[in-house]
Amino acid sequence: MTTPLLSIGAEPLRLDALVSAVGGDGHGAVVSFLGLVRNHNAGRRVRYLEYEAYQPLALNVFERIAGEARERWPGVTLALHHRVGRLEIGEASVAIAAASAHRADGFAACRYAIERVKQIAPIWKHEFFEGGDVWIEGAIADPEDRQARAEAERVACA
Amino acid sequence: MRVTVRLFARLRDIAGAAELARDVAPGATIAVVWAGLAREYPEFGAYERSISSAVNADYARMDHEVREGDEIAFLPPVSGG
Repeated sequence: MTTPLLSIGAEPLRLDALVSAVGGDGHGAVVSFLGLVRNHNAGRRVRYLEYEAYQPLALNVFERIAGEARERWPGVTLALHHRVGRLEIGEASVAIAAASAHRADGFAACRYAIERVKQIAPIWKHEFFEGGDVWIEGAIADPEDRQARAEAERVACA
Repeated sequence: MRVTVRLFARLRDIAGAAELARDVAPGATIAVVWAGLAREYPEFGAYERSISSAVNADYARMDHEVREGDEIAFLPPVSGG
C-alpha cells in the first residue's frame, strides 16, 4: 500500500513510511520531524492526551501548507501526518518529512510545516493531567493572516 | 432554512453536542448563526474574539452568507502538533 503524503487519523505514525513517500532521485536530503506527547506541561504532570480534529478541514489545511511550502521552496516534497484519539506519553502525534535537492530547503520546509500546523490546523489537545483535564487553546486559526505566515517563514529560515 | 452546526473541543463540551441542527433566516451570515448559539450557551461569549469558522470544511469569514444544508463549523483556538 502506498503512503499518502498527507493524512490524519487514529493509526500510529510511522516516520519511515513518510520518508519513503517523499523520496525521489533528484533529492539530496530528507529532513524529518516527530512531535511527541510529553509528560509535563505548564507545571502539570501529564498522564495522556486526547487529540480531536475536524478531519476534512484538517486535510484541506495540510494541502494548503504543502502548497505554501512548494511556493516558498520550489522542488520540496512534503509529507505530513497527524494522529487523533488517545495518545500516551512518548507517542508521536505528528510526523513530517520534507525532501529537497539541498538540505537547507528541507530543513526550512520541515520547520515551516510544523509552525503552520500549530497556527492553522483545526486540531485540539485535550490534556489529562494529575488532578484534572483541560483543553489546550493556542493560536486563533486564520489561514489568511499574512503576519502569521511571515512569522512561520521567519522561524523556518532563522 | 436549516443548517448543521459542528462544534469542537471546549465548545462541544459546553454545548454537550458535537453536532446541532439550527434554523436560520434566508440571508443569514455565519455571525448570525454564532450569535444565536451565544444566546443559547452564554459560555460561548468568552470566544467572541477568538473563534474561527468554516463552511463545508473550508475556512470562511463570519460575514459569509450561509445556505440551506450548509455545514457550519466553529473552531476555538487550535492546539495541534
